[in-house]
Amino acid sequence: MIQVIYRKLASKFLNLGLIILLTFSTSLYAQDGDPEKGKSLYNTNCAACHQLDRKMTGPALRNVASRLQEEQGLGRDWLYKWIRNSSGLIKSGDDYANQIYEEYNGVAMTAYPQFSDSDIDDILAYTAQPKEEKTADVDGEVATTGTTEGGGTSNRLILGALALLFALLAISLVLVRKTLNRFADAKGLTVEAAEKKKGFPIWKAFVQNQFLVLVSVIILLLTSAYFVYGFFMQIGIDQGYEPIQPIHYSHRIHAGENAIDCKYCHSSARVSKHSGIPSLNVCMNCHKSIYQVAEETQQMGIEEYGVDYNAEIQKLYKAVGWDEEDQSYTGETQPVKWIRIHNLPDFAYFNHSQHVAVGGIQCQECHGPVQEMEIMYQYSPLTMGWCINCHRETEVKTEGNEYYTKIHEELSKKYGVDKLTVAQMGGLECGKCHY
Amino acid sequence: MIFVSVVACNSKSSRNYQYMPNMYESVGYEAYQEADVFDNNMEAQEPAEGTIPRGGHLPLGIAGDYDGYLEAKANLENPLDPKELEGSEGGQLYDIYCGICHGKKGNGKGILVEREKILGVPSFDDVGRAITEGSVYHVIYYGKNAMGSYKNQIDEKERWLVTDYVMQLKAELEGSSKDTKEDSAVNAETEKATDSVAK
Repeated sequence: MIQVIYRKLASKFLNLGLIILLTFSTSLYAQDGDPEKGKSLYNTNCAACHQLDRKMTGPALRNVASRLQEEQGLGRDWLYKWIRNSSGLIKSGDDYANQIYEEYNGVAMTAYPQFSDSDIDDILAYTAQPKEEKTADVDGEVATTGTTEGGGTSNRLILGALALLFALLAISLVLVRKTLNRFADAKGLTVEAAEKKKGFPIWKAFVQNQFLVLVSVIILLLTSAYFVYGFFMQIGIDQGYEPIQPIHYSHRIHAGENAIDCKYCHSSARVSKHSGIPSLNVCMNCHKSIYQVAEETQQMGIEEYGVDYNAEIQKLYKAVGWDEEDQSYTGETQPVKWIRIHNLPDFAYFNHSQHVAVGGIQCQECHGPVQEMEIMYQYSPLTMGWCINCHRETEVKTEGNEYYTKIHEELSKKYGVDKLTVAQMGGLECGKCHY
Repeated sequence: MIFVSVVACNSKSSRNYQYMPNMYESVGYEAYQEADVFDNNMEAQEPAEGTIPRGGHLPLGIAGDYDGYLEAKANLENPLDPKELEGSEGGQLYDIYCGICHGKKGNGKGILVEREKILGVPSFDDVGRAITEGSVYHVIYYGKNAMGSYKNQIDEKERWLVTDYVMQLKAELEGSSKDTKEDSAVNAETEKATDSVAK
């Protein structure tokens, strides 16, 4: 009986071989995956911690499957297990799993039990795609420089055409004058001679006319007084003040294009007198991931504003001491000397939280269209007249604020209005702002 | 004179003249002022180590590492009174601080994700993460992976308000991702059950 078993051994081996072959071929087939599907899965699930070509929270993933196979001899099964439940794999005592876990400072990868084998294959297919060559960018650069040159030449063309037009006009005017003179000659008139004969200079006539002198002196004095007044009134006003900041920070990109709320960075405007300048860790909330701007943004920065945005991000990394290679902080920081733009004189008190949180006033009312400003500047004059004017016009939001219920009832009776302005609530009292 | 005034108006990168600078400039140190009595010449200094802000905001007694995360996920609970949570500004705060990446509905599709600036933001109903109140608070407090800490942008109470709002969004997402039929069936069943209890 035992011999019988041994006799069938050869065919059993064959069968086993066939099965292995089949599984291997199916797995080969499965390895193909759909890189397109993989990309969307990758972007929604993996990209928070992994990038293809650089270290982030987790390792770079370009060709991860083939690299694992070559360097560690680990197949896809290991990756399936790791992705679905990495901490389980670590606990099971797997050598490489523990090694990776230690290498990345004990940051555990989130488990993805919902991924099927084919999902993971799709993602791996996406990571196995070769790196895109940057030839397209070079073309783009050439093309754009071409267009700028084109713009320059077209400007020059327009100017040339205008100059030609003016020259033609001048010539035609001269010609017209000549022909008119000829007509005058033909009719026997001598226009110039008649004028010259008078010979009495006009300034002498002006001096002799005392009334005219008086009027023109008054006009002169009034206009100069107007300008002198204008000059003295603008002393101490910094409207339009637009200093060059140590790091070129574009409000246009952050608050405009990306629609980040003002209070995201200037969070203390909600709760404090000051609308604070954000500390650099707030920048790093996003710029830990965003290490360079999009190609078109970079192009636009260089062409329109003469700014290399990527270099500005590097300035931030240097100031905050962020090591891109290691994805960690070095601890070597240096303060950024931002230049303060809006500054009220010491004798005036202004509180941001009062206006932002209680008053519910949009930041733009005082600071202007910040979301369109490439370089921040002072939009409002910040004079007392400007403050007072707004206090006269703005109605207080009393709804849902118990604090105002009683005072609103009494004051609205007193003034005979439905809605009270800030001024009627006492917003013009000296002591409210000067003390 | 006119020339001077024109020049004064046009110099954008420097401040204007002042009548009496000693009335404009504060005697006391102003916020962000540069002065040589401070370290690094900055008025803005970090508080001394171990400082506790007014209002009894004690530090979270849980570590910022992965073990701390698991501990918070399992044990940490919202200490706020349910009354305080009603109609609170948690939603507004969420829209300001979280919505730009996590999306206004919490599905991980905020404007920065839509514009492909930041990728891989998970939806709150992600199965693998299975977030809880404690884990949400821990992540707001310490940050996780690519997300930074929001400890200094929103205070303790506001963090819990936002946490509560996140859990509401999670519940909504889970409700919408299930089959509506199933939901209605479950609802019908629960209604029956409550009816029978009432009877």
